[in-house]
Parts: sequence; C-alpha cells; structure tokens
Amino acid sequence: MLTLSHFLVLGAILFAISVLGIFLNRKNLIVLLMAIELMLLAVNMNFIAFSHYMQDLAGQLAVFFILVVAAAESAIGLAILVVLFRNLRTIHVDDLDSLKG
Amino acid sequence: MEFKTVVFYFLSAILVYAALRVITARNPVHAALHLVLSFFSAGGVWALLQAEFLAISIVLVYVGAVMVLFLFVVMMLDINIDRIREGFWNYLPLGAVVGLLMVVEMGAILGSQYLGAAEAQVPQTAAGVSNVKELGRLLFTEYVYPFELASVILLVALIAAIVLTHRGAKKTKYTDPAKQVFVKAADRIRVLQMPAEKQD
Repeated sequence: MLTLSHFLVLGAILFAISVLGIFLNRKNLIVLLMAIELMLLAVNMNFIAFSHYMQDLAGQLAVFFILVVAAAESAIGLAILVVLFRNLRTIHVDDLDSLKG
Repeated sequence: MEFKTVVFYFLSAILVYAALRVITARNPVHAALHLVLSFFSAGGVWALLQAEFLAISIVLVYVGAVMVLFLFVVMMLDINIDRIREGFWNYLPLGAVVGLLMVVEMGAILGSQYLGAAEAQVPQTAAGVSNVKELGRLLFTEYVYPFELASVILLVALIAAIVLTHRGAKKTKYTDPAKQVFVKAADRIRVLQMPAEKQD
C-alpha cells in the first residue's frame, strides 16, 4: 500500500540529489540552475503528498505559486546568463571576478 | 503488490535515474533532456496523488516552456565542456557524504513509525469531485490576491528578461532631422574643375 512516507522519502532523495549536483557542478552555471529546478521539484512533491493525504487543496495552490516563481526565476536567470556571455564571451565561474570578491 | 505501488516504484525509479543523470551528464544538452524526463515522471507521480491539474501543468509549463528555454540558451552559448568539468571529481566525496547523510536522516524520520507517516491511510477522493474545478474555485475566491500577485511576478519577469537581453534598434537606418537642418550645399555637392578634352 502506498503511504505518505513513500512520497516524502522520494522528495528527500530528489532534494539530496540536487544538493549533490550543486556540490559537483560548481563551475557550471547552467547545471546549477537545473539543480535548483530539481530542488523545487522535490519541495513540490512534498507539498502535493501532504495536500493529498490531508485532503486540503491549499498545498496544491502553494505548488502552483512555486511553479510561477520558478518559471520567472529561470527566465531571468537565463537572460542574465545570455547577457553575461555576450559581454564576456564566457560563462565560466572563474572568469566572473570583476567584483574582486 | 498493488498496481498503484508498482506504478509508483516504476515512475520514481525513472525519476531518480533522470535526476542523477542531470547532475552527472557531461554535455549540458543531455542534462537538460534528462531534466525533461524527470519532470515528466514527476508529473506521473503527481497524477498518482490525484493532483491532475498540476500533473498536466508541469508538463505544459516546464517541459513545454521552461525546458525549451533552457535548451535554447544551452545551444546558443559556446561552452567549453572540459574546463567546466574541472574539479568535478574533487567535490564528489564531500557532496556524496552530505547527500547520503541527508537521505539517511530524512528517511529515518519520515519512514519511521514516529510521525505515523508510514501508516497514513490513503483517503480516496469522492468520484464526482473535480480537482481542477476545486482548485479554480479556491484560486478565484480565497487566493485571489496571491493569484494577482503571481501574475504581476510573471509580468515583471517578462519585462526584465526583455530589458536584459534587448540590444536596442541599432541596425535600422534612420535620419536625424536636427542634422538635416544644418546641412549646407557645399557639404553635398563638390564642383570639380576639369580641362576639356581635345578631339582630333
């Protein structure tokens, strides 16, 4: 029988995979953005599982708003990436040091 | 094993595999395509949870729009794969340890009897209730202000993306009236003195 913990553990595994992805791809801005999308997916999984098991649709509405914010975030993130590439001809993280941080 | 359980394990196996490939793929295009696969299987899992509207909208919005945008950008940029992969294996042990610890901790809590999550009964939604209809009703009554805020956020993102990537209309030809006024005939016409050629 499917229980709540099946879905919660699946969400936890997805979240851990995306944290691992952020560790591994520190030099790769595009895959970093993809790992963030995966993280949001894991969070959404938990929201929907709880929403289903508590029979409360507010959880699904939260997922709806997360989808909106994630779409806006990736659109702006990719636009910044394109501008960065246009100005510097590179998106390598090590080359982005004009702020001397 | 129940049929739903089989479907769940099938979908989640694909989901975890695709997510692992997203973070380990050498080529960013392959990573984006595996992300499409993982979103698709997540949509399947959500359909299993009777969230039909979100299951469809993740396929439409993510696979249809966001991932196409990702693929566009990935293919447009000229990426040096070898340089971008440097340090990949150095970070693997630390990242793997952190990730495994997170899974073990969360699994110990979420999978144990303590929270009662493992024996939570699946409440079946009544047959005639439409998920989309109920969501729509909530969205336009109780959550109408958050809904409008969400549309403002989308508008801001739209304008921001255009402003960031717009290069200005420099390629079009146009005449500046102010400069036209100050033009003198001498600037436009040059009178040449040429000796007449003799005919023989």
